[in-house]
Amino acid sequence: MATTQELHEVGRMPGETATDRAERVGSAAYRIRHHALTMGEVQGQGYVGQALGAADMLAAVYTDQLRFRADQPDWEGRDRFLLSTGHYAIGHYAALAEAGLIAVEELDTYGSDDSRLPMSGMSTYTPGMEISGGSLGHGLAIAVGMALGLRHRGSEARIYNFLSDGELDEGSTWEAAMGAHHHRLGNLTAMVDINALQADGKTDTVLRTEPVADKWEAFGWYTQRVDGNDVGALLAAFDNAAAQAAAVGRPSVILCDTKVGRGVPLLENREKAHFMRIEDHEWRLCRQQLSAGYEGKAAR
Amino acid sequence: MSAAAAPRLKTSAMIASFAEPGQKTAAAPFGHALVKAARENDRIVGLTADLGKYTDMHIFAQAFPERFFQMGMAEQLLVGAAAGLAQTGLVPFASTYSVFAARRAYDFLCLDSAEPNLNVNIVGGLPGLTTGYGPSHQATEDMAIFRGMPNLTIVDPCDSVDIEQAVPQLAASDGPTYLRLLRGNVPTVLDEYGYTFELGKAKVLRGGNDVVFVSSGLMTMRALQAARALAAHNVDVAVVHAPTIKPFDTATVLAELNTDRLAVTLENHSVVGGLFETVASAVVTAGLGKRVVSVALPDEFLDAGALPTLHDRYGLSVQRIVAKVLAELG
Repeated sequence: MATTQELHEVGRMPGETATDRAERVGSAAYRIRHHALTMGEVQGQGYVGQALGAADMLAAVYTDQLRFRADQPDWEGRDRFLLSTGHYAIGHYAALAEAGLIAVEELDTYGSDDSRLPMSGMSTYTPGMEISGGSLGHGLAIAVGMALGLRHRGSEARIYNFLSDGELDEGSTWEAAMGAHHHRLGNLTAMVDINALQADGKTDTVLRTEPVADKWEAFGWYTQRVDGNDVGALLAAFDNAAAQAAAVGRPSVILCDTKVGRGVPLLENREKAHFMRIEDHEWRLCRQQLSAGYEGKAAR
Repeated sequence: MSAAAAPRLKTSAMIASFAEPGQKTAAAPFGHALVKAARENDRIVGLTADLGKYTDMHIFAQAFPERFFQMGMAEQLLVGAAAGLAQTGLVPFASTYSVFAARRAYDFLCLDSAEPNLNVNIVGGLPGLTTGYGPSHQATEDMAIFRGMPNLTIVDPCDSVDIEQAVPQLAASDGPTYLRLLRGNVPTVLDEYGYTFELGKAKVLRGGNDVVFVSSGLMTMRALQAARALAAHNVDVAVVHAPTIKPFDTATVLAELNTDRLAVTLENHSVVGGLFETVASAVVTAGLGKRVVSVALPDEFLDAGALPTLHDRYGLSVQRIVAKVLAELG
């Protein structure tokens, strides 16, 4: 397994330094977090903790990796991002808004009647939402079919599947992991959000998934494990996957250790829960803490 | 022949044909039909879960190796990946046994293909009671499981004619489909009735004044045989073949049932949730107040053994059908 230290860094945009690139993606992550808090407040609930934790992963994908046309969500040549974890839709919608696929104003409809942004992500509701997640363990199987189909059709498009560590409980994920390796799907990248939390508690008390990296390696995947809240490490991992795995027809997984509630100390330090309760008066404080943290970091 | 002299029937091979000795058959009609359709439609692809040889998918794999994907013994992957293939504009036909399609992969067909209404075609081998291997392989409730799935078209073909004509229509229809496969040497029956398969349509194969059979799948073959046998008892039987279980051709079937004739449904499926209940709900909804007799498998886990023995034991044999009709007619 490659470690963060071994990853080489390649700027994706011509002339962009690694620092500029990380700042660009980091600022997108900050806005995604803000959007998620806004949506959470509108609904009075939601998977805000997960969205905050995964914001850096989502920003890296949507602002640095994916090829898409914001005004043409079903453009055939697009890269596909498949959200297995339907409940992370709150974060995904924020990323879609950041990417210009949906309007920022529409985020206010999250979870409301007749909204295009239901609580659990569905392909039939939302532009840019490729699959209906939520029943966990589906995304990677669909991704295998997409990767086979796009390759068969001569497409250069890539497939990114976002999973969570809890989702690794599902046997179908491992059926798909075997299938991807067997069919040499170098056009497939899986991203696993390891927040060590699932519905009934901490992952290691619900069903131990560790050693996660060893499992993926044993299944034949090019495996990297990074701090999923370190944008620079995430970008390096994507670059490394492209150089080391895609080129030789090997599926790639980036295991991302993240912190639930990341960026908002009030939530980072709260007792971790799958469905985090935030009181009415706390939303404003959450936004203030998020901004202060981001601006403080930027000032450093 | 006395019972003592009868040869001991052995458990049928997994892939046993239910064709009778001397019956006209076609070899692997599904595989050949898929190859033919694929020659005309380059978007058709095939995949299987380690059952290519046993679902006649191997014919397609040999003809189009680059359009065939072996997914291994992993039915959730098979069905999930089929949705992914369809999302790239391809038209997948995915084969496994009906028990695995219905019992193991339901969630994947339901959410990944049925909800977005993708053109994914599931081909299930050993539907109903077509193997003597016992409940692990007998998909006696596959239609009951699948009928509740919105958007899913369900086809229960009678013979090689049905299969050959259904395959291109399934490929051309927009949403997901489930085909109850008959594989190997499949009887050719319907060619003698001026019949053509039309997706979503029931067809009257023969008229009759005393009894009306409504049947699907291989039980249409038995219905036709039973109708001939009942003629010797001066019972005149009409046969309506309803191979599309969902969406059901209520208009054609109800028009035939709305008479004084004895109404009988015949299916290679549990009495729960299949053709009988489809017809019964149509009858009740229309307010016909018509009694319907069911020839179907019991709501039980069935025995292992030889197919002829089992079909007779559970009432699917021609002999049992004839006896049941005569008893009903008093």
